Formats: sequence, structure tokens, C-alpha cells
Amino acid sequence: MKKILLLLALALTVLVTTPAQAELKLVVGQGQVNPMPIAITDFGGATPDDNSMGRNMTGVITANLKRSGLFRPLDPRSFIQDAPTAAQNPAFGSWRTINAQALVTGVLSKTGDGRTRVEFRLWDVFAEQQIIGMAYMTTPANWRRIAHIISDAIYKRITGEEGYFDSRIVYISETGPANARIKRLAIMDQDGENHRFLTDGRALVLTPRFSPTAQQITYMAYYNNKPRVYLYDIDSGRQEVLGDFPGMTFAPRFSPDGNKVVMSLSKDGNSDIYTMDLRTRGIAQLTRDRSINTSPSYSPDGKHIVFESDRGGSQQLYVMNADGSGLRRLTFGDGRYANPVWSPRGDLIAFTRMYKGQFFIGVIHPDGRGERLITKAFHVEGPTWAPNGRVLAYFKETPTGARNSGRSAQVYTIDLTGFSETRVKTPLDGSDPAWSPLNP
Amino acid sequence: MGARIISLLAVLVIAVGCSKKEPETGMITADGDLTAADRAPITTMDTASSNVDGSVLPGSQQDLVVNVGDRVFFGYDQSDLTMEGRAAVERLAQWLGSYGNVALMVEGHADERGTREYNLALGEKRAMSVRNYLIALGVSPSRIQTISYGKERPAVVGSGDTSWAQNRRGVFVVQ
Repeated sequence: MKKILLLLALALTVLVTTPAQAELKLVVGQGQVNPMPIAITDFGGATPDDNSMGRNMTGVITANLKRSGLFRPLDPRSFIQDAPTAAQNPAFGSWRTINAQALVTGVLSKTGDGRTRVEFRLWDVFAEQQIIGMAYMTTPANWRRIAHIISDAIYKRITGEEGYFDSRIVYISETGPANARIKRLAIMDQDGENHRFLTDGRALVLTPRFSPTAQQITYMAYYNNKPRVYLYDIDSGRQEVLGDFPGMTFAPRFSPDGNKVVMSLSKDGNSDIYTMDLRTRGIAQLTRDRSINTSPSYSPDGKHIVFESDRGGSQQLYVMNADGSGLRRLTFGDGRYANPVWSPRGDLIAFTRMYKGQFFIGVIHPDGRGERLITKAFHVEGPTWAPNGRVLAYFKETPTGARNSGRSAQVYTIDLTGFSETRVKTPLDGSDPAWSPLNP
Repeated sequence: MGARIISLLAVLVIAVGCSKKEPETGMITADGDLTAADRAPITTMDTASSNVDGSVLPGSQQDLVVNVGDRVFFGYDQSDLTMEGRAAVERLAQWLGSYGNVALMVEGHADERGTREYNLALGEKRAMSVRNYLIALGVSPSRIQTISYGKERPAVVGSGDTSWAQNRRGVFVVQ
């Protein structure tokens, strides 16, 4: 599967360019968005293979756009014009009749070298014109990725924001009784497809995070009964322990340039934040404090680090410069704040908050203003940002069974507005999701 | 063995009410009361809480569980030993004194009502509280290792304070 990424030969042709049109535009702000009705026709071609691949692509694009909460894909049974004809010459009146505002068509054909040419167009039904036209050359096995790239193109053109569908999620797969969970590192596309286990479950593994190139994962594992931070190379499967520390290392994250890993080291019962330079292996200690200091996360410009500490008596969020100077407290609310994660856009910090026996996922501006709670449950934890900074993933634990003696953990995604919460289907239970950057 | 116990035992008087931040070594004095040897844990088997038939191997994990107790409990979000916790660690120190070749792993655990990474740090603090007190009681540091499992290995699965209180714990494991 890793070959797929390399095999993507992406010949991108702009078929027709029209002047930017203001009409077909979804204004995305806060509060609930009225999703845009969109007609996504089956992609198809001259052969059964092309038709089958095209239908699959339409299914992926439809599911992506629907899950975002910003689009309302229309029921294909309501379509008046058939797909092949619409791809050639859309009868805009017939699409207006079913209240479609946007129309997506696609045509597949074989190239001389055995690859497939996927041509897709996005139409503004009311302006009666094409607003995107692109063609991709790909190996047939790579159809799913092309569908995600097309989804991103549609999302970006309509919402004005970057897409996030061509991305992956690494997470911890869980199974077994709650007091003896078997946990495995696993990776999947953001929609749960192309699922693959990366570790065998013999050692406890926790809290994976992607490198900025999406080629490496840093995570924590209990190999040989020594809880330490590890590095995992996705293509080679090679793993290595990070550093030779005299105690437990945990809570690792990459710096935005990928050159460092910031993490906590627990020594003599005291947890402080350190960085390790991956090129020189040099260590720097950033906090010197008798309390718990952990869950560090870099700002996207690499200049600041947000982290959690109970130095003020309860677990709260703090921001410091990347060298450990300039400390300031970020949150002052009741209850406890944990695992802050800086948005890739830089404008928000997501966190877990515990208050009066409930868990919340929330966001706050880096200057401490505008705290907003997005979702709450018996237990929600561990937010992670989609690459466009517009969608969050996290996990939710729910008591199950007789006398609540079991636990079910599932990965969810949610729009920043707090709407469109969707479970990501995983083969077993899932926790600790980490969203990748857009695939390279 | 009895003579060994007498030579190693120190009866510890704990000054109650000290500040939590004060180092634990500052709260301990030993008065060397040898009569404490009469209370050597190996002779006070608690048959009410066990079904052993007397075949427990001295110095084993089972011996520890049956005759000393293999865990201490902590308050919510706390890592300081409670009075009961101190007493349990004192019994453990006595027992370790009897079995000088036993090495111990102290596991620190947390309940599920916290976040994963914080709980890893908290579990480590709890394990270190036990370790530090053992050292203060005269146990060699080289015999005691610690590991934190955070909230990953609950002893009891269930919702409610009763379950969670049993999971906020330090567990002693003979290596």
C-alpha cells in the first residue's frame, strides 16, 4: 500500500479555466452551516472496469463531502439527466429542478500505457458554467487517492478553505477487556479505509503523532517494560528508541520543521519538557519545575510551545517560547485542562477539559480569549487537527456491559462548529488519533 | 531469619501534619525498638483474606500479597502517601528487610478520570512516592525500580468512586 503513494503519477491538466465566480461560494464561519446541495454523478467510461472504478470514486467523493457537514449530496435517484450525457453537456435546467447548486461529473478512459485518465468537472448550475476541470493520470489501484484529491478540489473551490480528505490518521487500535487492553499502532485513510496495523500488540503502545512529512510517527511504547518514546518509519517499518534517558519519556510531538521531537521526561517522579534534535541528538530541557509538565505542542511557526502543567495547583494550559523562556498561563477556567494541540493554521489551540465529572473538547485563541467548548461526553479526549485546521478528530470512551464494567473507545471527527460529529469506522476500538498533514 | 529481622527493623515514628511539600525523609525518626520484631509480618498471616494452606513460598509475590499487602491507594489527583499508605509501605520495608535478595518493581497507576499523558506522569509520581519512602526507611535504592502505567491497567473496571479509588494505586511486584 505504501507503494501507492509513490506510484501516483499525477498529470494535472487544467482543462478549462473560467474567471472566478462569486456565486457558488459557501461562506464558512461559526455556527451551523446550511449545507450546499450538490449532485455527484457516477464517473464512468467505455469499459465495465472504468465504470466500476468510476462508481467507486463517486462513492468516496460523496461520502467525504457529506461527512464534512458542508455539503448535502443529492439522492442519485432524483437525477433527471443521465451521467454520461451530463458529463458531455449538462442540462442545467434539469439540475436546477432537483435543487442542485453544484454538479460534479467525471469521465474515465485508458491511456496507452495501462493507466487510467480521470477527468472531472465541477459545474455551477445557476451560472451554467464549469468552475473546475481537471484530469489525472493514475494506476487503477490508486483510484481511492484520486477520489480524495478530487474531493479536496471541490471542497476548496466551494468553501474557500483548503481540503483535508487526502490525508491519513494514525491511532491506537484497542481490543480485549478494559483491564488488559491489547493496543496496537494502526494507520488508515481519514475515512477509515486502507487500514493497516503497524505493531503486533505484544507491547503497550500509546499517543502516536505524525512528522510534518507524514513519513514518520513518534509514539510511546513499553518495549522491555521500559516506557520510552520511539520513532517509526512508515515506509521501512524501522523503529528506534529516541535517546537514552534515565526515566520514562512520553507525550512526544514533532516540531513543525521535523527536526526536533518535544516530549516529557519523568525523572525522580518529576515530569519536565525536553526537546531532542533528531540530527545532532542534542537534548535541551525547557521546563524546570517540581510539578507535572507534559503534552507539549508547537505553534505552526515553531516559535511557541503550549503545554499542560499543574504548577498552579490544578492542571491548566501554559504557553512558552520554543526555548523555554517567556512563560505565561493560557487558561484560568474551572476544572482541568489537558492535551493542548495547536491548529495548523495557528489561530486556535484545541484541548481536553474536565469539569464536574464530564469531559469536553474545546478550542481557545492563543491569546487566551474566545474559549469555546465543542463537544462533551462521559469521556472525550485527545483532539487532533485535520490539515486544514477546520475539523478535529478525538476519541470517546463509553461505559458498556453489565455494571458498566466494559469500555468502548471510538475515534470521531467533528466540525469546528460542533456539528457533523461522525464516527470513523475502525476494525476494533480506537483511541489517540493523530491526523496527518496532506499526503505528499 | 528472626535475628535478621531484629537487626534490620527500625520502628518509625511519623510526625503527622507536616506540609505535603516537605521531603518525606524529614518526617521520620527511628527509635530502634527491638520489640517490634515480634510483629514481624511473616508471623502474622491474615488467613481471613487468603485461602493459602501454609505453602506460601517466603519472599515470593504470593507471600507479599498474603502477608504484607501488595498495594497502596492514593487520593484523587494525589501522589502523597496517605496514613494507611505509609503504614503499608512500612510493612513492605520490614518485609524487604527479611528478604534481602528480593528486588521490587513499584507500579504507579491512575484512575480513568484523567487524560492519558497526565496520568502517566501522575502514576510515576505515585510510584516514586512509594520508592522514596522505602529508601527513607532504609531499603537500598538499587532494589527498587518504578514504572508508570497511567490509566492503562485498571484493577477494577467500573464507573463510580469505589472503582476509581481502587485504581489510584501503587502496586508492589517482586521481580
